Amino acid sequence: MYRVLIIGATSAIAEATARVYAARGAALYLVGRDLDRLSAIAADLGVRGAGKTAVSAFDVNAYERHQDVLDAAWAEFGQIDLVLIAHGTLPDQAACEASAELALREFSTNGLSTIALATAIAPRLKSGSTLAAISSVAGDRGRASNYLYGSAKAAVSTFFSGLRQRLNADGINVLTIKPGFVDTPMTRSFKKGALWATPDRIARGIVDAIDKRRGVAYLPWFWWGIMQAIKNIPEFVFRRIKL
Amino acid sequence: MTRPGQSWGRYPQARQRIVPLTDRRQPLPQVDGSVLPYGNGRSYGDSCLNPDGTLLHLRGLDRFIAFDSASGVLRCEAGVTLADIIAIALPQGWFLPVTPGTRYVTVGGAIANDVHGKNHHGSGNFGHHLRCFELLRSDGSRQVCAPGEDLFAASVGGLGLTGAIVWAELQLRRVPGPWMEVESIRFGQLDDFFALSAQSAHSHEYTVAWIDCMARGRSLGRGHFLRADHAPGDAGRHVPASATPMAMPFTPPMSLVNRLSLRPLNALYYHRQRAPRRRDSVHYANYFYPLDGIGDWNRMYGPRGFFQHQCVLPPANARDGIAAMLGEISRDGGGSFLAVLKEFGEIPSLGLLSFPRPGTTLALDFPNGGPATFALLDRLDAIVAEAGGAVYPAKDARMSGRLFRSAYPQWPRFQAHIDPKFSSGFWRRVME
Repeated sequence: MYRVLIIGATSAIAEATARVYAARGAALYLVGRDLDRLSAIAADLGVRGAGKTAVSAFDVNAYERHQDVLDAAWAEFGQIDLVLIAHGTLPDQAACEASAELALREFSTNGLSTIALATAIAPRLKSGSTLAAISSVAGDRGRASNYLYGSAKAAVSTFFSGLRQRLNADGINVLTIKPGFVDTPMTRSFKKGALWATPDRIARGIVDAIDKRRGVAYLPWFWWGIMQAIKNIPEFVFRRIKL
Repeated sequence: MTRPGQSWGRYPQARQRIVPLTDRRQPLPQVDGSVLPYGNGRSYGDSCLNPDGTLLHLRGLDRFIAFDSASGVLRCEAGVTLADIIAIALPQGWFLPVTPGTRYVTVGGAIANDVHGKNHHGSGNFGHHLRCFELLRSDGSRQVCAPGEDLFAASVGGLGLTGAIVWAELQLRRVPGPWMEVESIRFGQLDDFFALSAQSAHSHEYTVAWIDCMARGRSLGRGHFLRADHAPGDAGRHVPASATPMAMPFTPPMSLVNRLSLRPLNALYYHRQRAPRRRDSVHYANYFYPLDGIGDWNRMYGPRGFFQHQCVLPPANARDGIAAMLGEISRDGGGSFLAVLKEFGEIPSLGLLSFPRPGTTLALDFPNGGPATFALLDRLDAIVAEAGGAVYPAKDARMSGRLFRSAYPQWPRFQAHIDPKFSSGFWRRVME
């Protein structure tokens, strides 16, 4: 049975991804902040065909609990074939500009906690397994409208790039997932246009990238082209435009 | 993908605020003005719209809660679609006890419209297979409703007006596999339909007829009678792809269904089967949901949308009433792509506003051609009223309040159970 650990399992993208693995009969260990919501999701995944489910509540910013939670997951399943780190928030950029304390806390939630978790997870993985994290296209270039979030995701993307090189020789695939705009509760207040994708579509892309053992996945694929263009705008132009 | 805020007939267009509910334990969001639950937007007219108000978007309540594969009892959130249920239940030998002609309705919507299927004569409505459901009311209360209770009777077929259905528990039915044994019988006129229907009600679980509504004179009411049962499973047979094979990619500037295309399409359909009788093994998806195979098929009616008209006429007046309606449509020439005819059984509905009742139901659709279409539909309504029949709210966008109130005489009893915060375009229209 394929064994999956999902951190941030109550996020819309994580839940949609978990359903794909449940339909394949996988065992799923779900970690998140809200135990009731985790339990509701676990029951749903059970009906959808998951071979086994287990849940554990914790806050990713409680660094001192990381090892305990991972110990519990490995004790439950013996071995884990896929770890998906999917937690995150969408920080209020203006509020982060007004408070360094808030800025660092959001940076911790969206960047440092993922780096800490990945560091603790890497030595536990066996050849053939996958470590995947949801970063963002926002990490490809800092923009005035959300650079706190973007810089935290940039840290994740760069960290994962290095980790991928390091673990490649051990047969462990490290995947950086870079979604564009996704219609989730996190982006509820945004006006939606043609570039927006559903969590189901992103989930199918994630599973496909994991199956093909890819290193980086822009989701949907057209974001690769958009980000190539945005990354190549000269800085003297970029500083003058609004994005 | 249906955009929240539209109905399937794409008429009328309405402006509404959309507020999602994605966690079944959360309270009802506080909003100004009135609110109406909205599932997957498969109702045709304005019963799923709340112009200038708020739609409570419940499609995100899409989690299963429990399924007992030994007893077939399923509990799930209200935003789960019938397609989701089939996907998990059919491989374990279970199927929906009653299904409408699309699997993309939500469980909440199926309850709120007390939908029926081709097995009404034996299995009744969707509501007959409900064990219980939870209603979230605007006073903050949560009520679990079970058959026999007043709030259950008001909410089954209650058009979403008694509160938001959050989860439901239903009894599925055993099936041997995904295949249907279908017999198609060509018939030459309306009386043959009634004879075939009477003859098949006891021998077959599913019965329905497709009518060529362009035919006139002696051929008036000719069509194909389809009777079917679940067939033993056979793993070796080819299963059609479940993914949507094609879709209307955009809305054409005018309706593709029009006077030029209708007569040949109907005639073609009637004559496509040469033999008077044919037996086939058909996959359940093609049998129950032929239109689900064409994504966004409602777009083919163009930007002005279309109307469904589904009525039921009591047994005593059914034959003459249906003949009068088909005559009216044939004379008008602007008629329906295909008409669907089915006899309801005697099982009494559980909902105060449920549509099914003993008699014959005829379903039609018409591109929105402006005043001429409204006039034709009014003439059809007059025949329905004369015959003592009823029009189906889930498919209506324009019937008169007078017809609704006379066809649904329990509406004052129902009204007492409406949540004071809930309303819909349909309800305000028929209560005027």
